[in-house]
Formats: sequence, structure tokens, C-alpha cells
Amino acid sequence: MAGYEGKAFKWVGTRPVRPDGVDKVTGRANYGADQNLAGQLTGRILRSPHAHAKILSIDTSKAEKLPGVKAVITGKDFPQMHRGVLPGDEGVNFHYLSSNIMARDKALYDGHAVAAVAATSAAIAEEALALIDVKYEVLPHVIDVDDALKPGAPLLHDDIFTTGVNPKPDKPSNTVQRVHMALGDANAAFKDADIIVERSFKSKTVHQGYIEPHAVVAEWCEDGQARIWCSSQGHFMVRALTARLLNMEVAQVRVMPAEIGGGFGGKTIIFIEPTAVLLARKAERPVRIVMSRDEVFRATGPAPGSSIDVKIGAKKNGMLVAAVGEFRFQAGAFPGSPLGPACMAAFGPYALAHVTSAGYEAVTNRPLCFSYRAPGAPLASFAVESVIDEIAQKLNIDPMEMRIMNGSKEGTQMVYGPKLKAVGNLECLKAIKNHPINKIPLGPNQGRGLAAGFWFNLGGQSSAVVNIAEDGTATIMTGSPDIGGSRASMALMAAEVLGIDYSKVRPIVGDTSAVGFCEITHGSRVTFATGMAIIQAAEDVVLQCRQRVAAMWEVDVEAVVWEDGHARPAGANAGEQKPLSLAQIAARAARTGGPLVGKAAINAGGAGPAFAVHICDVEVDPETGGVKILRYVASQDAGKAIHPSYVEGQIQGGAVQGIGWALNEEYIYGADGRLQNSGFLDYRIPVASDLPMIEPIILEIPNPGHPFGVRGVGEVGIVPPLAALANAISRATGVRMMDLPMTPPKILAAIDAKK
Amino acid sequence: MSKFHISATVNGEAVEYLCDPKQTLLDVLRDELNLTGSKEGCSSGDCGACSVTLDGRLVCSCLVLGVEMQGRSVETIESMASGEKLHPLQQKFLEAAALQCGFCTPGFLVAAKSLLEKNPNPTESETRYWLAGNLCRCTGYDKIIRAVLETAADMRGSK
Repeated sequence: MAGYEGKAFKWVGTRPVRPDGVDKVTGRANYGADQNLAGQLTGRILRSPHAHAKILSIDTSKAEKLPGVKAVITGKDFPQMHRGVLPGDEGVNFHYLSSNIMARDKALYDGHAVAAVAATSAAIAEEALALIDVKYEVLPHVIDVDDALKPGAPLLHDDIFTTGVNPKPDKPSNTVQRVHMALGDANAAFKDADIIVERSFKSKTVHQGYIEPHAVVAEWCEDGQARIWCSSQGHFMVRALTARLLNMEVAQVRVMPAEIGGGFGGKTIIFIEPTAVLLARKAERPVRIVMSRDEVFRATGPAPGSSIDVKIGAKKNGMLVAAVGEFRFQAGAFPGSPLGPACMAAFGPYALAHVTSAGYEAVTNRPLCFSYRAPGAPLASFAVESVIDEIAQKLNIDPMEMRIMNGSKEGTQMVYGPKLKAVGNLECLKAIKNHPINKIPLGPNQGRGLAAGFWFNLGGQSSAVVNIAEDGTATIMTGSPDIGGSRASMALMAAEVLGIDYSKVRPIVGDTSAVGFCEITHGSRVTFATGMAIIQAAEDVVLQCRQRVAAMWEVDVEAVVWEDGHARPAGANAGEQKPLSLAQIAARAARTGGPLVGKAAINAGGAGPAFAVHICDVEVDPETGGVKILRYVASQDAGKAIHPSYVEGQIQGGAVQGIGWALNEEYIYGADGRLQNSGFLDYRIPVASDLPMIEPIILEIPNPGHPFGVRGVGEVGIVPPLAALANAISRATGVRMMDLPMTPPKILAAIDAKK
Repeated sequence: MSKFHISATVNGEAVEYLCDPKQTLLDVLRDELNLTGSKEGCSSGDCGACSVTLDGRLVCSCLVLGVEMQGRSVETIESMASGEKLHPLQQKFLEAAALQCGFCTPGFLVAAKSLLEKNPNPTESETRYWLAGNLCRCTGYDKIIRAVLETAADMRGSK
């Protein structure tokens, strides 16, 4: 892995046009819903209108008789899975996963799938859904996490026994787990504090809001093979889960990765793929299912709402003494909320000797809550960074100086176990401290807010192949879906190692039968881990080239070095040979050992944690409570920015998703437990006219765990905005908002209450 | 229900198709004419991913019915480049990294082209409001707005 320290990069750090770009600006790129097979049918899913109901019977006979209907399925068509988690399944409860995709004896949320049809047209499929007669017995439901945790709350499952508590409960409840992690003794240490601030925060469910709805085309073959085209954050994940849920061997399922129209964590699990395969098998024709926007909101995997208490104590000079966070997360109808990561990330920007991070997760009658960009961290950070800011206000000290004096850095012991290696927290803080925004005078009703954020980032399993063509150009393949420009990063890293022009490297994302296993595109891992696989595969090519040239020159391999895409003689045993380019070596491949193919299959450790610090200026309209963002600056440690434009894009995109979370976005449920805003008109994500430019600052504090110093950059940018805005609003209005989203009516009510 | 026979012009070419009365123009483009560059993000006119121009006017093709198209003319993303030459907006979007996942990109390009035809010198604010009907969840809009403003300046300069 060594050899790159201090090296000047030729390609890494440049900003070329992405290899898949032209397809995407001409409409040629194929996304999930663009696949069209001969004889393809339209699949549609019938969904429960009730938040919680026993399914007494499903009569599909009328739908089956409708001309043009080729298949109807219900939960009975799905194989029964083992109830509970089996060893080796990494915590996945396949009974729950299957039951989420198609309800069995109970519908657990508004939008829960209960039946599906495949028909020759969308109109016939919809008509068929209306002919399916489902008899329900409506049950009491629970939507709010605090309500779900109470004894006597409507019970969703009879097999959830809270884990992480002692003694183990003998009765089922909605409480999935207790998480608890601590350093030192926070409760005892509070006695040393000059000031203690303790606050409670609430937030609502929000959706990732990717613009591309989930879509799949499935084909069943007579020999028992299934082929699936879909957009996802991991086609190997789609293959593994679909095979398991349909009792198939993994190699009998082939998944082709479509271009993915946004995911942000929401496409790291499956919702419709097994349904499409079962319909295709029954209909004996390919089936396409494309979710409507209403279905995306009601029945995919949004981020949880939360209820959080944070208590922090400090000395008069701002030094933190102790902190306790108690995080209660909704889980949706099945376990899966990111409670653990929230507890781990909450206090990440701070060096604390005494800290406790703990919480509960409870199932509720909502769609499965799943991953959304730095899962759990934005909510935890919103609470922690709000309390930090309030302490600074009360002590009348600069919130920036307070963060710098308490900031985590290399060597800081984290509450979840490890000590930090080289990280960029203080550098991010100082970059914002020194930014000219701080000198801009603020007017009436304006305020400036600051917040820090932390995210671990992941490594994991990735495979890569580098194929050298006969003329020395390269095609490189990985199994990591490209969600925001990673093919450009892969090509840049390969070009760097091979020493050839970026334009001579063509990257593709291979299907599950074409390339080795890759974990899902999540945890900001692709440029780090899959990039490491590409680097190693390219190094494999370089080594083979050196070996072949050494044999030609009749010298030791050590006497051949690789520089600028050429094998050159070097060292004691080197001769007077003329350097050979990769193209020249490739032309002689047949006579020197056959095709030049470099491979790597790795489980990448050493992911470097990411830090971000955001600052923003807002103006709050005292008449309406509306918030206008005047300026926004975001700093982030990228380790090494392989393609800086796409790193900036991650920072800007994360910031704006966080802004939507802070100001606009929420799932709104009626008393009947039905979602009332399942469309983009009423679930309002930020639009261009809501926003100023988002100024990104990329810092590069190399990650010692990556040959080029790369850290993940995809996620941490969504962590600081919630508190940065709350802190700015607090300084603009004198009121502290602790209930997300901070909508105009809520802010106005808070201002009025203060008068 | 029987289908309607429609004659229209799509990207400058005369086309005929059969469509049922429930099909939108977007359905017709994607499912009947195999022009899948226009995307469906919401089918309610809120996201703009299906933006096309209809007789020169910017519309969401999911809010137009296929049967309304008799004798009318539609331009889609597929006609934006001429031959091997990208439209300046397409080229600028690539150079400025004004796309990440790319799903909203066709709609943004069609809408931005329509803006620059009406207003070759838009302010940042005018650009942001014109494109407020196009949702992007990846970029935070920054690089998109810059790309449109820079293209406008380039196109003014080359005239």
C-alpha cells in the first residue's frame, strides 16, 4: 500500500468530464424504469389503506378472470421464512423482510403491500387491483415513538422481546432494543460542571426523496433462473436477498444494475424485486414494476422520527465536563432504525472524558425506517449541537472557540471503542473560523449559526477487474453502482496507477455474473474501498507488465520500474533497453503470457472518519416565521479529493438535504394512521428558489488507511445543517427550536410566546 | 375501451400512435415511442423530470394526455444535441459537474434551454425561480444554476 506518500498526482485531484456523462445529458442512460423486454407485462401492487389490521381473507378470483390479467399473487405465494434471526445472517430477520415486501396475516402500515397483479397494460392492472377483495379487521395503531414505547401500546409483533436489557423480558413489546455505551461516569461528573443544559428534541420521519422511484423488470426462465434489471445501491444485495426470500440458489439469480436515480441509503434494501420475480414466474412473461411517488413515500424505507434528550455540563470557560444523550428512534413496522450509529456518532466532534450515549428503538405503524445518508447522525447531532450552542450563548463565549477547545482529534477516545487516527475536525473548524463570512455584518432579524458533524465511514468488500486491451487502453469494472460520479473516480485512480491518459480508461459497473462481489454503495465506501480494489487491480497489471518486460530483457523484475505508463530499466541489473509503453507491452501480450488482466478482491479496513463544519446566515421574517437562508458555507475533510467537483457536489447536496430536513420536510399522519402528504407538492423538498449558493471547502487530511489518503465523502455533509440552522434561527430570533421541521408556523408561535 | 389514433410531430418527425385515453404524453413518449429520456419522478407535475416543450412551451409531459397531441409538436431531450454536437447547456453540465445521479438532468436541460430562449441574460434569481419546478435531490442546485448562468454568458458572447 505504500509508495504514494508525497507523490505528486497526475490524474487524482483533476476534474475531467465523467465517463458516463454524455449518456446522462442526452437521455440515453438507462434507469430502472427504462428497461423494456419483449412481451413485458405491467405489475402493480395493492396496498393496505389501514395503519394496522388483521387480514381476514383475500379474494383474488374476480381479478384473475379479468381479460389481460396474467398473474395475481398474495403473501401465500411467498416461501415461509424462519421466524427470527439465524446465525450467519448478520442480524437480518428474513421473515420480517419477506413480510414487509408482502404482508402475511397482518397489514402493519398504510401502504403495506397485500397483493400484486401482472397484466398486459397499466390500465388493466389497476382495474384488477380494484377487483381484489381484502377483508380487514382494523386494529388500534401507534405512530409516535414515545407512544409506542409505553406499556399497553398497540402491539405490532408477538415475537419482539427487547434486547440489551437485563433481565430479558418475558413479554413481547414494541421496544426492539436498548443500546448503551459509555466512557467514564457522566452522571457523577456533572457535579464538576458550572453550567448544565438539558433539553428535549422531537423530529418527524423524513424521506430520502430520490427523484427516481424504485423500478424493476424481472424475467423467469424455464430452467429456473431469474434475471432482474433494477436500480439499487447494490445489485449483489438485490441478488442475495431475492434468492434467499424465494428459496433460490444465489447463482441462479442474475441482477443487472441499471443507472440509479438517487438513493441516499433508501435503495440499500429491496421492496419489489421478489414480487416481480414471482409475478414473472406465474405469468411466464417478463414483468415490470415501477413504484408511483405515492408508493415511494408510503412503502419504502424513510429515515426515522425521533425523541431525544441531551444533557451537557461545562465549566465557565467552555470546557465540557460531561454529556449524556438518550435517543429514542422509531423503527417503522419492522426493526431497522439506525439507533446504534446515532449513539456512536452523536458526540463525535468532541473529546469527552465522561459521556453516555444510549437509547431505545421501537416499532410503529409506519413504513420500515431505514438508512438515510449518515443514518441516525443528523438527528443525534441536531440535539447535541443545539445544546452546545445554548451553553455557548449562556456562557457568552464564542461557539467556534468552544468547539475548537473541546474538539476531537488524533488520539481522542471515542465512546464506541476506537481512538481516532489522523482526522480533520479541527481543520474544518478553523477553515470556517477563518472564512470571510464571519466579517459580514448581520441586519435585523438575521442570525449566524454554526454546527459540526461526524460520521465514521465504512470500508468492506469490493472486487475490481482491470482489462488491458490490445492497444493499451483499459476497461475497468467493479460491482459498485455509481450513484454520483464514482466511475470518474475509479477511472482517475486507474489512470494514476497505470500511468495512462484518463480518456484511455473506460469504467463500467458489471452485473452480478460478470464481476466479483461488491457490498452495497453505502457508508461513503465506494471511492475508498472499491477505489482501493481498483488501485490494487491496476497495480496487479503493472506488476505483470514489469514481470513480462523483465523476462524480455532477461533481467530481474526489480530492474524494471513503472513510470508514466512505461516499463523502464533501473537498478543494478538494468541494461540499456528502450522503455516500453503499456500499449507496446499489450501488443506483445500473446507472446508474453496472454491477456493482461489485473484483479483485486478485498475486504477494505482502515476507513477514515469524516468531519464537517457548516456555518450559515439566516433571516427570519417576524411576520410569518419564514426562514430565508442568506449564505451557507460548508467545510469537510475529504482525505484526498479524487475528483474535487464531485466531492463538492456531495458536500452541497448533503447540506441541502439537511436544510430540507431542518425547515420543510416531515411525514404527516392523520388520526387514522394514514399518511397525508405522499407527494412532492405536500412533502416539500428544497427547490432552487429556496436556496443560496452553497460554498464548499474541501480539506485534505490524508486517511492513513488508504493508499491515496481517501476518506468517504458522501454522508457527513447532511449531519451539521439541522443544528446550524437551528442555531442561526436562535440567534436571529432569541427562540430555540427543538422540534423539527422548523416550519414558519412553529417559529412564529415560538416568537409570539416569547413576546 | 378502444384506443385513439393520433398524428403528431415528435422531435421534428411525423409520428402516429395509438393510445388509450388514460395515457399521458409521458407514457406515450416512453412506452409507445421508446423515447425514455424523459423521466417520471412523480406523475403529478411536481418534479419536472418529464419536462418537454409542446408547441414551443415548457410543460410537464405527465400533465398532458396522449390524446391531446393531435396535430401538435413536442421536443424532448432526445432532440437537444444536433448530430455529434451537444447543445452548449449539455456540454456545460458535463464540464461543471452539474449532475450526480443524472435522473433529473434531462428535465433540467429542457427547462433551462426554454429559459435561455426566452431570456438570454437571466439573473441568478430568475434562473432559480424558472427552475423551481425541477427537483434535484443530489446537487443542492448550486452547480446547476452556475452551469445555466455560464452557458447563458457563453451563448451571448458567441452571438
